[in-house]
Amino acid sequence: MVSEPLVWAILLLPVLSFLIISLVIRPFLNRIPALSGWLLIGCLLAALALSLMTLWAAAGHHVPEFRQHAWLSVGSATIAFGLLVDPLTAVMLVVVTAVSLLVQVYSQGYMKGDPSYSRYYAYMSLFTAAMLGLLLASNIVQLYMFWELVGLASYLLIGFWHHRPAAAAAAKKAFIMTRIGDVGFLIAILYLFFQSDKFAAAGLNAFHIPDIWQAAQPLAAGGAILGGAALTWVVLGIFAGAAGKSAQFPLHAWLPDAMEGPTPVSALIHAATMVAAGVFLVARFYPLFLASSAALTVVALIGAFTAFLAATMGLVMNDIKRVLAYSTVSQLGYMMAALGMGAYSAALFHLFTHAFFKALLFLAAGSVNHAVDTFNMTYMGGLRRHMPWTYVLTIIGGLSLVGIIPLAGFWSKDEILSGVWGSSELVAPWVGRLTFLLLAVSVLLTAFYTLRLVILTFHGQFRGGGEKEREEAGVVAPAPVSAHAADSHHSAAQPAGHGGGHHLAESPMVMLLPMLVLGVGTVAAGYVANPQWVHSLLGIPGHWITEFFHLGLEEALSGREAHLAVPEFSLGMAAASTLIALAGLALAAALYRGRGAETRKDPLERGGPVYVLLNRRYLVDVLYENVLTGRVFYRAVAGALDWLDRNLVDGLVNLTGLVFRNAGRPLGLLQTGQVQFYAVALTLGSLLVLLGYLVLR
Amino acid sequence: MGLEFPGLLTATVFLPAAGALAVLALGRNDRTARLLAALVALADLALAVLVFAGFDRGDGAARFQMVDRFTWFSAQTLEASYILGVDGLSAPLVLLTGLLGLCAVLASWHITLRVREHYMWLLLLQTAVMGVFTSLDLLLFFLFWEVELLPMYMLIATWGGGRRQYSAMKFLVFTILGSAFMLVAIVAIFVSPDVGTFDMTRLLAPGSGLSQAALALPLSALFWLFFLAFAIKLPTWPLHTWLPDAHTDAPTAGSVMLAGVLLKMGGYGLLRINLGMFPDQTRQFAWILIALGVISVLYGAVVTLRQTDLKRLVAYSSVSHMGLVLVGVASVNVAQGQLTAAGLNGAAMQLFTHGTVTGLLFLAVGLIYDKAHTRYIPDLGGLAGRMPLVTIAFLVAGLASLGLPGLSGFVSELLVFLGAFRAFPWATALAVLGIILAAGYVLWMAERTLFGPGRERFAHLTDASAVEAIPLVLLMASILAVGLYPAMLTGVFQAGLAPVVAALNGG
Repeated sequence: MVSEPLVWAILLLPVLSFLIISLVIRPFLNRIPALSGWLLIGCLLAALALSLMTLWAAAGHHVPEFRQHAWLSVGSATIAFGLLVDPLTAVMLVVVTAVSLLVQVYSQGYMKGDPSYSRYYAYMSLFTAAMLGLLLASNIVQLYMFWELVGLASYLLIGFWHHRPAAAAAAKKAFIMTRIGDVGFLIAILYLFFQSDKFAAAGLNAFHIPDIWQAAQPLAAGGAILGGAALTWVVLGIFAGAAGKSAQFPLHAWLPDAMEGPTPVSALIHAATMVAAGVFLVARFYPLFLASSAALTVVALIGAFTAFLAATMGLVMNDIKRVLAYSTVSQLGYMMAALGMGAYSAALFHLFTHAFFKALLFLAAGSVNHAVDTFNMTYMGGLRRHMPWTYVLTIIGGLSLVGIIPLAGFWSKDEILSGVWGSSELVAPWVGRLTFLLLAVSVLLTAFYTLRLVILTFHGQFRGGGEKEREEAGVVAPAPVSAHAADSHHSAAQPAGHGGGHHLAESPMVMLLPMLVLGVGTVAAGYVANPQWVHSLLGIPGHWITEFFHLGLEEALSGREAHLAVPEFSLGMAAASTLIALAGLALAAALYRGRGAETRKDPLERGGPVYVLLNRRYLVDVLYENVLTGRVFYRAVAGALDWLDRNLVDGLVNLTGLVFRNAGRPLGLLQTGQVQFYAVALTLGSLLVLLGYLVLR
Repeated sequence: MGLEFPGLLTATVFLPAAGALAVLALGRNDRTARLLAALVALADLALAVLVFAGFDRGDGAARFQMVDRFTWFSAQTLEASYILGVDGLSAPLVLLTGLLGLCAVLASWHITLRVREHYMWLLLLQTAVMGVFTSLDLLLFFLFWEVELLPMYMLIATWGGGRRQYSAMKFLVFTILGSAFMLVAIVAIFVSPDVGTFDMTRLLAPGSGLSQAALALPLSALFWLFFLAFAIKLPTWPLHTWLPDAHTDAPTAGSVMLAGVLLKMGGYGLLRINLGMFPDQTRQFAWILIALGVISVLYGAVVTLRQTDLKRLVAYSSVSHMGLVLVGVASVNVAQGQLTAAGLNGAAMQLFTHGTVTGLLFLAVGLIYDKAHTRYIPDLGGLAGRMPLVTIAFLVAGLASLGLPGLSGFVSELLVFLGAFRAFPWATALAVLGIILAAGYVLWMAERTLFGPGRERFAHLTDASAVEAIPLVLLMASILAVGLYPAMLTGVFQAGLAPVVAALNGG
């Protein structure tokens, strides 16, 4: 079965791909760039197979003991790297390798002809490797390192077309904003080491994750190592890191901008890697969260609020990828809210199903872009006739996002709602009620924006595509001067003939195939992974995935009961949420169906100031970038310090210099160069010394 | 390794000086001078590698190794000697000096003004710095410390740009001011009747007598006199203003040596003399050190954000990063027996990593300046498409500087934070905010300089040539190696700091 080297290989295969692409293929074999794509696909195929083996072993409790490998040992700070495979890791390994594999196959078509094709695959290898490393880490420092590398890889990929200023700026914004959260995570690690002597006394290592779980449990000899307010702060620090990566309010603003990266990157970021990392982190340290009701309250409220806030912004976006981006932020809010309310396995189940349908939706958006050369939905329309496959798959992904039976999203969203509804005594009752309310309203909003997206893109009349958009913006269609200029708007992958409205066509097979596979997952993954009402389905026992996650949590709690009910499927809840969703769909259909062919005006614009506020994203970006960073910090604070530095600190230095230089001048006058003067001075001086000697003797 | 030989350290220190004379005497044309200087620097790097690899980090090994010693003069109770030796603290810094010395020589390949002299000063500088790191006699230490000034002054004043005379003088005056304080302290130790020696192997030994002896000045006064000298060199806020000027106007090789190794003399002095000879005072005044450290980290980073000249920007980021050395040293402020070596090791390691990282940054900036003829950030942009290797080097150094795991900067920062948090949790948490600011200025600089649309007037720019590429690759390799496998350095540093940690932990 699986042995330690095989599990390491899951991580090392994409690392190997990264090294070979960046050290061999890119410098020496850049004329045959296809090599890099196939290399990564091959590595990921093998990694997927190994991940499936690992999942099989974890499901059957055959995970071997893993060794610790010393990395750094200074004084009492001993950091050892190792593997940690629990149900959470095992499932996520499969999700990450599978989604990444499909995205890479799709990229073969999408990125075709890009001059930086092999650089793209090098970054993709790094991204996947960092995410896998994060999942497998058994040490909190090890986890933090891969966590930061995920940030680096996303920085490189969001800014992949670095000659575009918007891409470079978005990449920077993503990195810095997530780093603000990372400070909390790092300080939590520092605090753990602060308590390392207590850990050591109990025979634990302050950096070893299972030991950290232990430390939050009461010891035989009394209280826990981590407890009280300190524990709450540690947990909130970890959550700050998670909120940054998972784009939770108030650190959500980077994610929509991250759409500047190539679309397959967005699919990977939104489905399986970067944003999933935040939810994973909270789940990874869930035993600590369970010990702090205050922290759970924060997690629940921020999650629910984010779910609602992002959904409202999703209503009015005209960029298809931005709608999807806000829907991701919103869905991550669902997961966080569920974690905060104790619905641990429901949250992870949703993470699992979301990976399929969100990847599908992004790849579909990329497929649309491939045909119309824009992401702006006001210039789309009527595409269902030209792109039937993309249309059907978008419908499937969209309805899964909305939560329509029997698609994957239905099952997991329903578990979240049931879990939040019937929530435990972990948090105050009002928190539970408020959370549920926000999530329920968000179901309505989700249904609305999803159908709006489908209608604007695929129904009605075609409104001209990217060509028309540029024409109206007064930009002459770019004559490809150089490789860099060719992808003036989106990607160099657009051969000239593909862009215009006259060539609306379905995407090539290499792009459709991964979408089809994800479509199958979107249809089936919810029920098959977690069968309801039956004893077993295809050999998978009923409630398999939720029970599996729950079991992992109980093991982390060292056998103690989690006191968390695995939510049962509730028919009433399913009916209620379906009704809400249908109401949202109906509303969207009423507003957007049957509008005039050339109408671009959004019916929502009648909302006036509310529309503007939503469209300007509640002015949060303006607040962050222009007011807080620009004015307050950069101009006022940094400007003042810079001025002080030049004028006061350095001014004092120069002043001192000036004083001494000028102080020397009167003395310099004495240096007349006349021997007579020196002789007189010498004599007088000697007399003075003699006199002094006589007087003082 | 077993390849080390008697006199190895003496050879390591004086080979560059001999090389300097050889360049003067034999460098008939510029090309010969360059090649000769490169050969000497390469040979010295080889010697430095021997020193580092030959250092025995085992448990029972002697504290100071490869000692070269002879007595210079000895009166009844007074004694001054020539003593060179390395311990775990200095061995990595010798390696660093050798590495950056070679990089500096290669980085000045394109210089055409008074080539022989340029290399003479550069090699003399290397001898002086090597001497500072290996001297185990206070007087000798002071001599090397002073000798370093002249070459650096000449490099800035002759081969620099901008207000080079002003900057060179500022550098000189600041450092001499610090040296004056240090000289007072050294003399005070020497004339104290119960000490009467410059021998640091004795002064550093536990129970050296330095603590009990009737000293000419109180111990805390000595602590501060030394501290001032090192704080200027480090530099710490508010004594830092010479640094941006000196860097901006220095030639690339000067900047590389200045940021890479000269600042490290300040950090080395803090660890070797302030901490080593006055551990109790270090603990007593740790709150001042952490305050200065945190201010330097944050203030330096905030001011960095405002810079529009690439070199000034990197210079201010150095103020921020060297502040971490103070933060790390302040980690000693814990109860006896509670001290973990993490903070001190982090501080020592920060010296090494900042040396390679900032050295690399200055090399990259220098290449950009040489080719684009501007360092003014708003005029730059889109260089990534023209200069891929320089871009990669710039990004690797920048990412290491913002503490990205897998690169060397992360390890030293992590250790500093881990250690200091145990002593001053709140202040350290403030210092951690520096990693956001660092991300801000590094990425902002990268965005404005490297990314964005390619500019017409940079269309002719070429990437680094082979000679220019060697130092970039060397330093990138070292940054990656230390980042991935830090134990190769921490093992050595730990051996060097163990006696101090033991002393502070009460035996």
